[in-house]
Amino acid sequence: MSDTTVTHGWEHQDKPRVQQSELLEINMGPQHPATHGVLRLLVKTDGEIVQSVTPYLGYLHRCAEKIAEGCDWRQWMVYTDRFDYLAPMNMNFGYAVAVENMLEVEVPERAQYIRVICAELQRIASHLIAIGTFGLDMGAWTPLLYCFREREEILNIFERLSGGRMLYNYFDIGGVRFDAYDDFAEEVLFMVHVMEQKIVEYNTLLTYNKIFIERTADVGVIDAETCYAYGCTGPVLRGAGVPFDCRRDDPYSIYDRFEFEIPYGQGEQGTVGDCWDRYIVRMREMSESCRIIRQAVDGMPEGDFMSPDLKKLVKVPAGSLYTRTESSKGEIGFHIIADGGSKPFRNKVRSPSYSNLHVIEKVGPGMMISDLVATVGSLDIVLGEIDR
Amino acid sequence: MESITGLLTKIFGDGMSPMALLISGGLTMALIMSLVMAMCAIVFTWMERKVAGFLQSRYGPMRVGGFHGVLQPVADMLKILGKEDIIPDEADKALFMLSPFVIFIGSLMAWAAIPFAPGFIASNLDLGLFYIFAVSSAAPAGILMAGWASNNKWALYGAARGAAQMVSYEIPLALAAIPVVMATGSLNMNAIVDAQGGGVLNWYIVHDPFLFLAFCLYFIASIAEVNRGPFDMPETESELVAGYHTEYTGMRFAFFFLAEYANLFLVSCIATAVFLGGWHPIAGPVFLPGLVFLIKAVILVFLQMLVRWTLPRLRVDQLMHTCWKVMVPLTLLCVLGSGIWMMVSGELL
Repeated sequence: MSDTTVTHGWEHQDKPRVQQSELLEINMGPQHPATHGVLRLLVKTDGEIVQSVTPYLGYLHRCAEKIAEGCDWRQWMVYTDRFDYLAPMNMNFGYAVAVENMLEVEVPERAQYIRVICAELQRIASHLIAIGTFGLDMGAWTPLLYCFREREEILNIFERLSGGRMLYNYFDIGGVRFDAYDDFAEEVLFMVHVMEQKIVEYNTLLTYNKIFIERTADVGVIDAETCYAYGCTGPVLRGAGVPFDCRRDDPYSIYDRFEFEIPYGQGEQGTVGDCWDRYIVRMREMSESCRIIRQAVDGMPEGDFMSPDLKKLVKVPAGSLYTRTESSKGEIGFHIIADGGSKPFRNKVRSPSYSNLHVIEKVGPGMMISDLVATVGSLDIVLGEIDR
Repeated sequence: MESITGLLTKIFGDGMSPMALLISGGLTMALIMSLVMAMCAIVFTWMERKVAGFLQSRYGPMRVGGFHGVLQPVADMLKILGKEDIIPDEADKALFMLSPFVIFIGSLMAWAAIPFAPGFIASNLDLGLFYIFAVSSAAPAGILMAGWASNNKWALYGAARGAAQMVSYEIPLALAAIPVVMATGSLNMNAIVDAQGGGVLNWYIVHDPFLFLAFCLYFIASIAEVNRGPFDMPETESELVAGYHTEYTGMRFAFFFLAEYANLFLVSCIATAVFLGGWHPIAGPVFLPGLVFLIKAVILVFLQMLVRWTLPRLRVDQLMHTCWKVMVPLTLLCVLGSGIWMMVSGELL
């Protein structure tokens, strides 16, 4: 049993038996509906109660970091798409900013604004999947399909922008690959308008549903100390009551120009850092993203969408730099080591889901199987980004 | 049964011995009932997909059969008939093969005492309601058999959860019907329905506040009894893969599936007969009794589908908590309350 002061719903019942029966070892995954991809959790259970959880990774490993050493700086952009395939724009953004910081190149204003709009739309799309599948883990099917309905609209915008519906490869070093189409601003504003109304709908359907609160409040509590110890970032850290966001606290691109709040968990329905807090943080971040998008659309200037003084074959001066940006899952960091050539010497990626997932080892023991599923769902992991 | 035996006498004359009449009548009724039940189950699979579709802002099946995919269930059945029947090597083969039928027969038997229309009841038992609740408790045994025989850990979890849930929820389910039995003074299903004739105000659901509460409790318990969301513990597809029928394929899986929908219709039919006046219309004389009964039951089925596609699922311990600490005391209160009500209003004298 863990020594955390986590409260579970079943604690009012009889204490665990003194004489323990044999533990049941059971593989949750790699093919299991609740593991959100090819994750394998080795779970040891005593009846319904989980005694230990061990995540086993590597089922989706594609050697992306090694491949980086064989292709030039621009070519690797497509591989960043495939990290977090639910938020490729945010992955692109991270890598683009990282290389631009090394190059010290000026990105045109218009490109900056397009990038922020895309990144925030992508954040909404990613959070939509996060809350939809989280609901699905609770057995609520309908919210998932509502979420996909709105996500579809965002994908339509991205499709017109980049030609892709899943992996966009839209950001480029020094700007974006294509200029925004004519009625881009109108479409985005309409989408934001719709989205703000739909958030109210989700709240009615799922957020404040009594059963949903019962299932998520006080479940899978991850406190701030645990987050620091495991390196959790993003909604997991903010859900634990720490209002930290790279966009505000370590600004990159043009995020210092916008006004937005950092939502954080306050334990409204239970303990600070429970599943409900992580869920509501994502919900509120969607509203904040809408705010940022409105401001960005208002301020978007005409002009270049690609830095004109950048050559086709980028050569990054020798050195190393770690750049972090805020993806929908948390802090995505690119540690780039360059030797002055046209290819990276080493690209190391710090992926948020990797750190967020491993918390399950600490908070998992002692909870019920259903709560384990809820907690894994609330971490919102994407295996493509964990294994790379 | 009476109408069937009457018909048989008309066809074959008076030459049949009473025993032959009874057996042939019973067999005919059994055939009709199983056909009706299979048809209902098939129709409800289509209905569930359409209801789910419209609730989720999509269409559901649209292709097979022209209008809104009405022949989709037929296509599904044909497909499932062609599937390989896989029995895991390590499974307990006899139990594995038997369990779908145990569950199916459990729900099939209960249909014998459902009064669809005046005279249209397979067996007019004096202990009708008791019989229905008794035979429908065969289902947990079937689920346990399936889960154990599969030799699969997820299936075992599903079976353990399912058996615990169904055994628990049978208690509020049966207790919620007790006030009606008290009001009627009989367990005979025909008598219960007959007592509710003459307009909506005579239905037991509006008989007194306690009976209304009893109906609500019955409805909730019946959802749990047929293992549908938000109480779908034996399946819990996001936790236990597919619960007790994880290892089942083809026709054996289809039997579980059919039994689920047959049970869904069964509990709705019981609620219709016991609380909603059976074949009696809202007002006026009895008119097309079978259709009236069917409409009421289908409305209840629709409500159950609505609930399933709206609400998240409870956790196992919350499920048990709801049953033993909320629903059982409340149903006992209903029994007591409606007893006092009847005494005060002078009905019992």
